[in-house]
Amino acid sequence: MSSASAQRPASIGALFWAFSWLALQGFGGVLAVVQRELVEKRHWLTLEEFVEDWAVAQIMPGANVVNLSLIVGDRYFGWKGALAALAGMLTLPLVVVLALTVALSGMPEQGLIQDALRGMGAVSAGLIAGTGLKLMAALRTNAMGKLVCSLLSVLTFIAIALLRLPLIWVLLGLGLPAMGWAYLCLVSQHKGGGA
Amino acid sequence: MSAFGWPELDTLFLHFVSLSLMSIGGAITTVPEMHRFLVVEQVWLSEGQFSNAVALAQAAPGPNVLFVAVLAWTVAMNAAGGTAGGLAAWTLAGASVLASMLGILFPSATLTFFASRWGQRNRERLAVRAFKLGMAPIVVALLVGTGWILAGSHGTWTTHPGAYALTAASGLLVWQGRVHLLWILGAGALAGVMGWV
Repeated sequence: MSSASAQRPASIGALFWAFSWLALQGFGGVLAVVQRELVEKRHWLTLEEFVEDWAVAQIMPGANVVNLSLIVGDRYFGWKGALAALAGMLTLPLVVVLALTVALSGMPEQGLIQDALRGMGAVSAGLIAGTGLKLMAALRTNAMGKLVCSLLSVLTFIAIALLRLPLIWVLLGLGLPAMGWAYLCLVSQHKGGGA
Repeated sequence: MSAFGWPELDTLFLHFVSLSLMSIGGAITTVPEMHRFLVVEQVWLSEGQFSNAVALAQAAPGPNVLFVAVLAWTVAMNAAGGTAGGLAAWTLAGASVLASMLGILFPSATLTFFASRWGQRNRERLAVRAFKLGMAPIVVALLVGTGWILAGSHGTWTTHPGAYALTAASGLLVWQGRVHLLWILGAGALAGVMGWV
């Protein structure tokens, strides 16, 4: 088990500003920035820890990155940390997006702004997919083995992107067998490891 | 349908509360339901306003869930006569934003908070470790799939090949991690203005 990473936020205030800063950089979505800031730059989480927290954040209902901020904040400073990280994630970006809304409110409903937004939308789709590709690196150490992990990933992609099955079916149909298999792997690892 | 005003704030709040616990995979998954309620049923927003609000919040910095705030703000401003409506319009819009964000976030955030605490306390249990290990390849692939779906939000890859190409190119650039995200986003805006997507 990769235990606690090398570094942690110095204070609740530092946590708030860290999440504010990364949220404000998150043009087109925050996920790509969260991963880079928390794992690669600040070293608060290892890539494996990040994927574990992300699994919880994504499977629970609600905005994924908002859930992630709660989980990470709670880990370091309890409920106060969770609130601070949540407030950081939302407050300043909310002000910015409402200011943009007011600034653009007189604009026609079709035009250059909408064209630009459509192009940025295609990029932000790519940001999400690219972050997924990056996180695949964390699967190398997964106890289920590379083959099973690859198979599960491919089946999930087909079910969600190509067949457009509802997420809940995918989570039940692929997630439950995956958890069962992971359980068996952990048990045999436990026995094999002895002592 | 009824005109939007202070008494309708609780209708708005309850609508988002009802969607909060259903938003597995992110608030964006409940967009069709919000569209049905705000545009079709209540007629508080026009088609164009709705899709512009979602597009704006996606491009702007911050979590994508902020599109809920933009929707709520626009609903109130429509009803109160826009920014020219003065203080009354601004307070109604502010209250509308608070009600909707609280509605969409509070139920799911509370559930996530306690569920993740439980998981953290029991993290050495085999079942909890199996959950995280087993779900890892699925949630990672889910991201790639979500990117694919969002790439096609304006049409299929045969009608809008440019959008898919742009999504694929930016996905690969993020994966490699050498180009700053803002450059990629700027290139996307340019491609949009040039009419390539």
